[in-house]
Amino acid sequence: MTYQFNFDVIFRSFDKMLAGLWLGLWLAALSLAIGTVIGLLAAYGRQSRLAPLRAVVWTYVEIIRNCPILLLIFFVYFGLPELGIFFLGKIESFVITLSIYAGAYLCEVFRAGLASMPARYVEAAKAIGLRPVQRQVHVVLPVMFRITLPALSNNLISLFKDTSLAAAIAIPELTFVTRQINANTFRVMESWLTASALYLVTCYAIAWLLRRVERRYAVIR
Amino acid sequence: MFEPGSFLYEAWAARYGLLAGLATTARLSGITIVIGSLIGILGGVALSYGPWPVRLLLRGYVDAVRGIPVLVLILFSYYGLALLGIQISPFTAGVVALGGFCGAHMSETVRGAIESIPIGQTEAGKAIGLTFWQRLRYVLLPQAIRRLLPPWVNTAVEMVKGTTLLSIIGVVELLLATQQTIARNYLVLQFYFAAGMLYVLVNFAISQLGALIERRTAHFRY
Amino acid sequence: MAQPLLRAIDVHKRFGATEVLKGIDLEVQQGEVVAIIGASGSGKTTFLRCINLLEEFHQGEIQVDGERIGYTEGTHRRLGETAISAQRAKIGMVFQSYNLFPHMTAEQNVTLGLIKVQKRPKAEAVETARRWLDRVGLSERRGHYPYQLSGGQQQRVAIARAVAMEPKLVLFDEVTSALDPELVAEVLAVMQDLAKSGMTMLVVSHEMLFVREVATRVVFMEGGRIAEQGPPDALLVNPKSERLATFLGRFHGVFR
Repeated sequence: MTYQFNFDVIFRSFDKMLAGLWLGLWLAALSLAIGTVIGLLAAYGRQSRLAPLRAVVWTYVEIIRNCPILLLIFFVYFGLPELGIFFLGKIESFVITLSIYAGAYLCEVFRAGLASMPARYVEAAKAIGLRPVQRQVHVVLPVMFRITLPALSNNLISLFKDTSLAAAIAIPELTFVTRQINANTFRVMESWLTASALYLVTCYAIAWLLRRVERRYAVIR
Repeated sequence: MFEPGSFLYEAWAARYGLLAGLATTARLSGITIVIGSLIGILGGVALSYGPWPVRLLLRGYVDAVRGIPVLVLILFSYYGLALLGIQISPFTAGVVALGGFCGAHMSETVRGAIESIPIGQTEAGKAIGLTFWQRLRYVLLPQAIRRLLPPWVNTAVEMVKGTTLLSIIGVVELLLATQQTIARNYLVLQFYFAAGMLYVLVNFAISQLGALIERRTAHFRY
Repeated sequence: MAQPLLRAIDVHKRFGATEVLKGIDLEVQQGEVVAIIGASGSGKTTFLRCINLLEEFHQGEIQVDGERIGYTEGTHRRLGETAISAQRAKIGMVFQSYNLFPHMTAEQNVTLGLIKVQKRPKAEAVETARRWLDRVGLSERRGHYPYQLSGGQQQRVAIARAVAMEPKLVLFDEVTSALDPELVAEVLAVMQDLAKSGMTMLVVSHEMLFVREVATRVVFMEGGRIAEQGPPDALLVNPKSERLATFLGRFHGVFR
């Protein structure tokens, strides 16, 4: 059988798709930002001298990394109101879930980054008399962010792809919008091809941009 | 504790549905991992040694799949294959999408593993007169497989997690079975939590097993 | 003189625009031990790799035991994979970095070629492997994996792997260069033993004392050409060319 392609209907809804894409990018960026804070705290927690704190962080990381994200999304969105947390809208709920999810993965990234930090930087910082907090803020963190930049960009791309799961709780990002267009127009091929192309182009655009940033900030270890 | 409305009572009442869901999850994971690994080994070898048109084609497949969210692949496969006149169950559509997704990732992993083996291994194989396929079979793949193990285990865990996305197209795997149960008894937190812990347990076990095997074989790597 | 075992005629090899072999002519008779010396970049390793078809060359011809290596007679068309594999099986090669298969025991490293290439029965292959591992002094270590062996032991296994296939010619590519100094002697002793038994060997080496003692002929390469050759005593002690004298000067009067 032959399929008659007709992209007209898609073009009519193209602005909706772009809006969905833009929303997805925002969700990913926001989650990466919050997730980075969580991940950093967790990474330092893993290094802590307090055994219970290390155990808590370990449990958090292992549970989140081994649990399907879709289930986490449902748990937070449908489950937390049961605990009396009603103020969360869909978007807040999703961003919180994705941030917690990202935090667990970023904890491992930062932990590896801290572990691979060459001792000579810290020694040099000590030698010029920086206090422990100053050493972290002015030396360790900047170097570690540069070391982990490639892993961070991979995480951002993954997070952006994961925003498609927001469709499951009816957040109008690209996948949700595409499903609607598909249902309304029956232009199956056109709608999904367009969505796939938009995701592809965006992912590789992010990758390309971040690689330029990486080159700009590359450190020689 | 066991009266109607308590978690344990409701869980017992829903046991057949939940177990069936768990079985479907296991079956889905198993099938997609096997399909993905097969595609991955063939694809990885072809990406490393294939003639350039094959490499180009595979490169397109791998890079495309890696830039598209799995859910989009699943929905595309579900709606798209039906359109082609192929009568297809959500289960099969899901296997196609997840298998293709897994295969793309595995292909890239296998290629990386093969290409990370020092060139001296290939040369030593050539020097004793092994042919291309013999070198692959006896020298390169056995070493590649040892390098592959950690990323392979990661992929397996991702696939187990990824099967939950098929609940969206109506495959009654563990997540959808859980939701169906919740729809009857409204024990939202308890059942999501229990299901979540089940996933965590299974995946944690897979990871630990992988780590164990990796430690055992670490010596045989360069 | 009988037909030479190895005959290279005007071999040229380029890497991109740079010509690394600028016409090599060399004949090696059965039972000879020929040492190739020269500065790094003089093309000696590349020439060795051309003989075993690990490198392609662009002009000229190489024959081993009268058979043209790598290319169809009369043309410069490369032979098929199977034909080339068969030719390589008749030439042994030992590498600078041993290149043992890390997932196989010492014995399995040796038997792989015997079983898969020469199609010998497993029992016979194992027997042969044990004999050779014994000969290189490693009968105790045949069940060990490469990571359990020292560099010198690994290199001896690699030699056993090459010679167990009874090649007509064995190529040694700077086989002691990657070894710690205290491990060099055990490998050289094995090579000396093989040389005495009449094996035809082509050895790229920087071990001048070994070369002088074991080689039947020394070839000095320089800038992709053979600059000088002759018996070791004559060549190493009384170099004719200024360049060879300079090259040997780096080995601090070992010979004078």
